[in-house]
Amino acid sequence: MKLYDLTIHELHDKLVKKEVSSEELTKAVLDRVDEVENSVHSYVTLTKELALEQARQVDKKIAAGEKISPLAGIPAAIKDNMCTKGVTTTCSSKILHNFKPPYDATVVNKLNGNDLVMVGKANMDEFAMGSSTETSYFGPTRNPWNLKAVPGGSSGGASAAVSCGEAIYSLGSDTGGSIRQPAAFCGVVGLKPTYGLVSRFGLVAFASSLDQIGPFTKDVTDNALVMNAIAGHDNLDSTSINLQPEDYTKSLVNDVKGLKIGIPKEYFIEGIEPEVRENVMKGIRLLESLGAHCEETSLPHTEHALPVYYIIAPCEASSNLARYDGVRYGFSTEEAEDLIDSYKKSRSQGFGAEVKRRIMLGTYALSSGYYDAYYLKAQKVRTLIKNEFEEAFKKYDVLITPTAPTVPFEIGAKTEDPLAMYMSDICTIPINIAGIPAISIPCGHTSTGPIGMQIIGKSLAESTILRAAYTFEQNTDFHKKRPNL
Amino acid sequence: MSYEIVIGLEVHVELATKSKIFCGCTTEFGGAPNTHTCPICLGMPGVLPVLNKSVLEYATRAGLALKCEIAEFSKFDRKNYFYPDLPKAYQISQYDLPICTQGHIDIQLGDGIKKIGITRIHMEEDAGKLLHGEGALDFADYSLVDLNRTGVPLIEIVSEPDIRSPEEARLYLEKLKSILQYIEVSDCKMQEGSLRCDGNISVRPVGQKEFGTKTELKNMNSFKALEKALEYEAKRQIEVLEDGGKIKQETRRWDEARGVTIAMRGKEEAHDYRYFPDPDLVPIIIDRGWVAEIENNLPELPEAKKERFVNQYSLPEYDADILTISRRLADFYEEIVNGFNNPKVVSNWVMGELLRILKDEGKELEEITLTPGHMIEMLQLIEKGTISGKIAKTVFEEMFYTGKRAAEIVEEKGLTQISDEGALVAIVEEVIAKNQKSVEDYKNGKEKALGAIVGQVMKATKGRANPEMVNKLIKERI
Repeated sequence: MKLYDLTIHELHDKLVKKEVSSEELTKAVLDRVDEVENSVHSYVTLTKELALEQARQVDKKIAAGEKISPLAGIPAAIKDNMCTKGVTTTCSSKILHNFKPPYDATVVNKLNGNDLVMVGKANMDEFAMGSSTETSYFGPTRNPWNLKAVPGGSSGGASAAVSCGEAIYSLGSDTGGSIRQPAAFCGVVGLKPTYGLVSRFGLVAFASSLDQIGPFTKDVTDNALVMNAIAGHDNLDSTSINLQPEDYTKSLVNDVKGLKIGIPKEYFIEGIEPEVRENVMKGIRLLESLGAHCEETSLPHTEHALPVYYIIAPCEASSNLARYDGVRYGFSTEEAEDLIDSYKKSRSQGFGAEVKRRIMLGTYALSSGYYDAYYLKAQKVRTLIKNEFEEAFKKYDVLITPTAPTVPFEIGAKTEDPLAMYMSDICTIPINIAGIPAISIPCGHTSTGPIGMQIIGKSLAESTILRAAYTFEQNTDFHKKRPNL
Repeated sequence: MSYEIVIGLEVHVELATKSKIFCGCTTEFGGAPNTHTCPICLGMPGVLPVLNKSVLEYATRAGLALKCEIAEFSKFDRKNYFYPDLPKAYQISQYDLPICTQGHIDIQLGDGIKKIGITRIHMEEDAGKLLHGEGALDFADYSLVDLNRTGVPLIEIVSEPDIRSPEEARLYLEKLKSILQYIEVSDCKMQEGSLRCDGNISVRPVGQKEFGTKTELKNMNSFKALEKALEYEAKRQIEVLEDGGKIKQETRRWDEARGVTIAMRGKEEAHDYRYFPDPDLVPIIIDRGWVAEIENNLPELPEAKKERFVNQYSLPEYDADILTISRRLADFYEEIVNGFNNPKVVSNWVMGELLRILKDEGKELEEITLTPGHMIEMLQLIEKGTISGKIAKTVFEEMFYTGKRAAEIVEEKGLTQISDEGALVAIVEEVIAKNQKSVEDYKNGKEKALGAIVGQVMKATKGRANPEMVNKLIKERI
């Protein structure tokens, strides 16, 4: 195995034992970037010099005998919608193509406090709107397992980078599945935490009530380690939950005896590809064989989650993205006649088609006379969906479903059909609507790419889903596979 | 036909909190453009608002002083529109669940007290300022944006359409300003924009129940402008109706220089603000105990203070009304009374000389060096007979401009009252000799003629003669 193929905990071990330096490790990852970036295109911006400088700082600490954080000196990628002071943060949009934030997002601050080595800013669907990373202004990312296929999205760059060793771990954001679905497509572990568990300060907003930051890692242990670093209350985020920090590595226990698993039948219906269904069911049977109690259940409101999402998310987005007007930063047209013309041209030329589609959807739904029929009604259905999950968690510790209905699809296959693209998130969106946590772990491989299994927990039950995921992982080998690239 | 005017006012008040509503930047007025800013109030990508708790406290205090209900559950909404002074392209405001509802203000009219209802008070953030380049607004080739004011906390106070004349509107606004200053939630300086007023006005034939079509008036930057603009607009609307026309629902701007209102935009051009709850802020649950605590700590309000002044100092209502217009003036008055226990005399000086000179000089009480102590010493000199009331006015002006104490001024300028009989007799006799006509008149029963003789003596002594003694000396000699 190459250095870039290893996990955070394996590499940390090597760093503290001085078997390898952070600089050597970082160089290995940067060499890997040089090797595969042309075919995968995980990054919008590479910060090689910064990474090496950060790595040398960590090496100094190690040399001085200082105790270092488990993440210290481990090269990472940050999705390009998290603000990094002085480093371009584009959201993969032309309208922010040159935007250098004057501040760091809270998660970046926290990682810096853990001696972050930042390889670069990862590619994504423009403003996180998409499920394939094809709406990026800077071109699509490819799936390292199958270069003809998409890596999923919107955090496709962050998931692809971890899968092929262009980063050891990464941060993504998940509004309707944008961490879990690309994690499934790229065969890595991706966690969407409970809404409010990780600060959104500095995350460029798409849909504020749904957005949540989370880690991509090669295994569940790494995921717990990153969560330890990024979770926790933030005074700068009013929606941040005020809780005592938790040590997520304590949930890394290889034991699911007595765990009650619900299998919601609405997630296994027509439209879910047979290969996906079979592999996920196989995973559930494995957990059952390890002592978990499995039972089919029903979440009848599931079918409403997608329509609710496509009201609420565009409504919030239409307002969140209104600030990109070409006046203060980012792209600004040079052809404007007057103020209104400048707004129109800067925004018409600065945003891509999918972003415009959602701005229009949201603007329409919030307009006078439509608010009650769309936004208000969607909020009411949202409450019903939330309640339905709460009821289910009175009976079950976790729910298990496929992460995505399909295996990775080919680049271009769904770009002309937005509705088909939106269906990619049918299994993940309800979780954001309810604000609860879910993890995607690899549970199978096909000729076209990996398959992910989604383990869902109740609010703040990250430790429960991590334990189930860890147990599954300890009894399978999917997480040890690497793409042949 | 005679018409009734119907007015409702929307007043924006900048709260005097130290920092902005959703970030830690200072709210100080002025400063070099864009220096009182940070990524949050600049609306940079990724930033989030966090409510400044003082804003909630100030708004609650205002609500309580204006007799409002304080909501138990309130929330913030986004008001979406594009303008360069609004960096997020939405203003965080309150739409359907404002912090305060259903209050009122009492105004004093000639024929008694009138209650003006307050529909609601809500919290919101202020926008920035635009400085337009050369030429008229529409033709300027550039505009500069200053975002220092962006995010300064505001409350908007919306009245019921209970106001029936431009004068009532002015009285309402004056009273509102007075109350807000009393409770120290705002400095309410119209010239600095910390108090801004828009008006809705319509007219209807007397006796008609339904409201007429209203227009909204903007840009009324002083109490005088408010009254003049409303007068003009009422007259304009009546003329339109008299000519058989219809009022157009529109927003109009008061042009101070030309003394007219000008149409800005019609109803059809009105914005659709697409309000929705701000997902970045959590709903506000307001604790009753906390509200009670704020209520207990409210200072004495103008009405109560006025009543107390009438009772405690036996002042006429008129005096008490004027003295309690501002808390500072009332405090100034009371401090003098504490050192010189003749409330009516003090009231005459404060309402007469002090308010006159402040008005003449265009100054506020807090800007002057004259203290209650100055006034007490001066009044004591009058009482002791050291200076006459007339001379005291000269002394007062000197104190006002120089900040010197009364005794010092009297000493320097030799203004002491002449109460020495020996010194006055000669002057009195000389004046009598020169004014035989007045002496005759007085003897013939013209009481007023005596005044003329006294006046001549005062003139000869430059006002320093003790008037009582002069009277006595003259009467003894004619």
